[in-house]
Amino acid sequence: MGMTLTEKILARHAGEPRVEPGQIINAKVDLVLANELSAAVAIGVMRKIKGASKVFDPGKIALVADHFVPAKDAQSASLARLMKDFATEQKIEHFFDVGRGGIEHVVLPEEGLVAPGELIVGGDSHTCTYGAFGAFATGMGSTDVAAAFVLGEVWLKVPASIKLIYSGTPGPMVYAKDIMLRTVGELGIDGATYRAIEYHGTTVDELSITGRITMANMAIEAGAKNGIFHADAKTIAYVEERTNRPFIVERADADAVYERVVAIDISGLEPQVACPHTPDNVHPISEVTRDDLQVDQVFIGSCTNGYIDDLRIVAKILEGKQIARNLRVIVNPGSQKVWMQAAQEGVLTTLAAAGCAVNTPGCGACFGGHMGTLGDGERAISTTNRNYVGRMGSPKAEIYLASPATCAASALTGRITDPRVMELATA
Amino acid sequence: METTLRGLAHKYGKNVDTDVIIPGKYCNIVDQVELGKHALEGLDPEYVGRMKAGDIIVADTNFGCGSSREVAPIAIKASGTAAVIAKSFARIFYRNALNIGLPIFESAEAVNGIESGDEIEVEPASGIVRNLTRGTEYRAAEFPPFMRSLIDAGGLVPYVEGRLAAGH
Repeated sequence: MGMTLTEKILARHAGEPRVEPGQIINAKVDLVLANELSAAVAIGVMRKIKGASKVFDPGKIALVADHFVPAKDAQSASLARLMKDFATEQKIEHFFDVGRGGIEHVVLPEEGLVAPGELIVGGDSHTCTYGAFGAFATGMGSTDVAAAFVLGEVWLKVPASIKLIYSGTPGPMVYAKDIMLRTVGELGIDGATYRAIEYHGTTVDELSITGRITMANMAIEAGAKNGIFHADAKTIAYVEERTNRPFIVERADADAVYERVVAIDISGLEPQVACPHTPDNVHPISEVTRDDLQVDQVFIGSCTNGYIDDLRIVAKILEGKQIARNLRVIVNPGSQKVWMQAAQEGVLTTLAAAGCAVNTPGCGACFGGHMGTLGDGERAISTTNRNYVGRMGSPKAEIYLASPATCAASALTGRITDPRVMELATA
Repeated sequence: METTLRGLAHKYGKNVDTDVIIPGKYCNIVDQVELGKHALEGLDPEYVGRMKAGDIIVADTNFGCGSSREVAPIAIKASGTAAVIAKSFARIFYRNALNIGLPIFESAEAVNGIESGDEIEVEPASGIVRNLTRGTEYRAAEFPPFMRSLIDAGGLVPYVEGRLAAGH
């Protein structure tokens, strides 16, 4: 009996010939990630562990200041400071402060810190993003992160795997975000809890790296422990441009055992929207536009859709136009590198000229931290990953999740808008 | 072993996510007492004012879904809440709760048999849940042996200390 891709990676890191779902293993980690919020708590826990004065390997830890940066207030500044001092004390080289990094999950792949076959844990639920590169990656809380800092190992229960097989070619203005929203809608927000999602099929083979990132990123929105793609020539080219570190490309066995196999045909798929207040409340755009929903804020960014491809899509739709009156559009390029590339290409100028506020990279708006918080009674459409009550600020606000194209089309009209209609208008 | 817990039930629905357990704007708070003042604020702003120390949160499926923020179970524990009984838990919340010592129990039958205001008694070691108001008794799902050993050791920190002392 063969193993799934997740089982293969876990077995190798546990030093076992094979592992099975439900088995508890101790696995070596290749990278441990924390941001200033999860790191602050983890550092406090580590200080309490008797006999633990040093991290297991300063080269295998990444610390990224991204949640409340640039510091929202003195308290936030002190958390970032705590992490910076810890990085200095422990000689951690992969420390990214404001202006040098950006959103952790955008930064780590860019910096060559993620490679196929690796095992990565992080103090952030969207750590599952790195499954886009054929790595096993999962989010944990700060105490688990502290343990990983010290031991370089984590205990894991081997998850059963769900195989998703995608077929069909996306139509115009349909993107990886739409495919993943559709997937979360189909699985439900606890449909993959304690499970690994393994993405297959011709549709995802054709996807760009950033498209796969968007899909792996939202595996947690179905409750999954991790979401993983097989590395292919595109993945290997991306990674080898950024690191000389050797890596092992694992593949699921032909006779691997999956708990479920779900076929998803995206032929004829419309742009999708997750309506308030759960990411699985997903509807085709034509059902949503029927209600003529005015919006107060459009947000473009996050670890889901803060990549250069996303900003280019938005710029193409907004070029030479103005955003609707009585609307604010906030754009957060995902990292400093994305920001610079968008600046060099003129994308940021296009967005600013259209009336968008372009911020420095960070997580603030997405989780209701700062730099784009929603007020009572406001409605937003956003490229982010969660729309729970209060997620972006007021518990009396409404959040709709959609692709960058749908958000850009909505920015022009001030209402939730089908981007395919915009395309017709500009053709 | 842990002593018996007893308190009034506060019952909620499914998918109680970490954004409502402790909204993002409070995630830069370090002081646990302060965090406790905001527990469940996004779901039930009156919870902290209404509950008494020792009370128990009862919820449907997928409690704690969403973010990995460890301040979610920390805020619940710091509010004085003694335990959470749910039909199921999201996986990161489950690990975090065990790691920080917030007692959690999984039992669909118990959740179905408890309403807000019922007086509940829980024996952590055996997982026995009693509804004293209705005179019913349930048994929560047993923890897998490895997790039981973590709980018995006092959480993940003593476990790591043991590994370090043994030469890791």
